[in-house]
Amino acid sequence: MTFEPKIVGFLCNWCSYAGADKAGASQMQYPPNVNVIRVMCSGRVDPQLVLKSFKAGADGVLILACHPKDCHYKEGNYRAASRNRVLLQLLQQFGIPEERCRFDYVSAGEGERFSKVIGETVEAVRALGPLELQ
Amino acid sequence: MGAKPKLSMYWAASCGGCEIALVNLNEKILAVDAAFDFMFCPCLLDTKKKDIEALPDGDIAITLFNGSLRTEENREMAHLMRKKSKILIAFGSCSSAGCVTALGNLSPKGENFKTIYLDSPSVDNPKGIIPTPHTTVPEGVLELPAYLDRVKSLAQEVDVDYFIPGCPPEPHQIWSVIQAVTSGKPLPPKGSVLGGGTSSVCEECSRTRGDKKIKELRRTFDFKPEPDLCLLEQGLICMGIATRNGCGALCPKVNMPCTGCYGPPEGVEDQGAKMIGALGSIVDVEGLKELKEEEINTKVDEWIRSIPDLAGTFYKYTLAESLLNQLKGRKK
Ligand code: SF4
Ligand code: SF4
Ligand code: SF4
Ligand code: FES
Repeated sequence: MTFEPKIVGFLCNWCSYAGADKAGASQMQYPPNVNVIRVMCSGRVDPQLVLKSFKAGADGVLILACHPKDCHYKEGNYRAASRNRVLLQLLQQFGIPEERCRFDYVSAGEGERFSKVIGETVEAVRALGPLELQ
Repeated sequence: MGAKPKLSMYWAASCGGCEIALVNLNEKILAVDAAFDFMFCPCLLDTKKKDIEALPDGDIAITLFNGSLRTEENREMAHLMRKKSKILIAFGSCSSAGCVTALGNLSPKGENFKTIYLDSPSVDNPKGIIPTPHTTVPEGVLELPAYLDRVKSLAQEVDVDYFIPGCPPEPHQIWSVIQAVTSGKPLPPKGSVLGGGTSSVCEECSRTRGDKKIKELRRTFDFKPEPDLCLLEQGLICMGIATRNGCGALCPKVNMPCTGCYGPPEGVEDQGAKMIGALGSIVDVEGLKELKEEEINTKVDEWIRSIPDLAGTFYKYTLAESLLNQLKGRKK
């Protein structure tokens, strides 16, 4: 049986969440492994939420933000990007590869990009296998 | 005259600093002695384990248990002290959350042993001897307590009534706990943190805070920080923002950043993740705004390169109790 990764996706309401709608409306195909949590801004995604997702059984986490300059709250995406870089380095020190926690930018109009990012993330986490807990 | 209630202090994987903190009560130690029969403390008294085993269960009123659980012996003593004590208090960061010893959880046992017994520059071990639980010598078999695969906090092994944070806990806080338990007033709910506040070290810190915008991170040996300005704003990783208050902001007071010894503030589960969140909130994003998406990553990476050991910085005192510690990283 192939391993189906569970991924928690934190999607910004103003961009990628709409991008997901767009992908759906245009009937684009993308794997169903991402459990979507709508947030008002990627800047709201506290690193504790990422770790809690892992602890709750996620094999990967995806954070999608508005492109630079497009954040509805001006700078939430820069803050989210910064937090993600620090968290990735910390995870790596703990032996957890960065593919398990992807941060990227998807706008409301980018349905195609949305399905591509989802597909890539699912495949990358699938290749890593399940994230085990202690 | 009724016998005084028994007080004990046990060290597991500990440095001895917690005992020093108790002794630093100075003359108040006499008041402790007046209120309690201080009857077990391997660092200071000669009572033996067999004396404890001989006591009825629950005979000790309070045990202050310091040190983390690193060996089988630490674990065994945790169970014994739990059984013999009415109130078991995890005393200090090691016992509450693993402290420095728990950083050993970042590497598998074999790697730790290799570093400790073979590779350290100060080690002279030509035969490459690695300790094992049983060693046969002509006289018989020598035994050492086994090294556990992972360091645990006290509460990860036995039921704990209260936690006193700090590395070590501050004497005035130890005193406040002793007063609370001797006053006869009802104690806080089981599982509470005693001898600390509920907010962050920043609340007790007198340094001036402005609009935090950090352009670069610096280390304590790089420069002499301004005496009155928030250290974090000057680019030092001051963990005060992600650390429980209670110490009186001791370290920032002497121009040193808080390293986080009082653990996370009330309600925060993971001190390191909290600190990363805070760093994201105070980084000067002006410098990122003109950059392309990939360049943002490179810039932030450059920025954090000056923190050589992220886990050791963000989880110096709380790795055992962190969310991160519950994930399985590299294959063992
Ligand atoms: S908490 Fe600090 S002072 Fe106490 S035993 Fe641990 S390292 Fe030593
Ligand atoms: S971050 Fe550090 S220096 Fe700044 S206010 Fe908080 S405790 Fe004080
Ligand atoms: S300032 Fe921080 S590191 Fe220093 S004693 Fe207080 S809590 Fe501990
Ligand atoms: S509103 Fe979309 S990332 Fe801030």
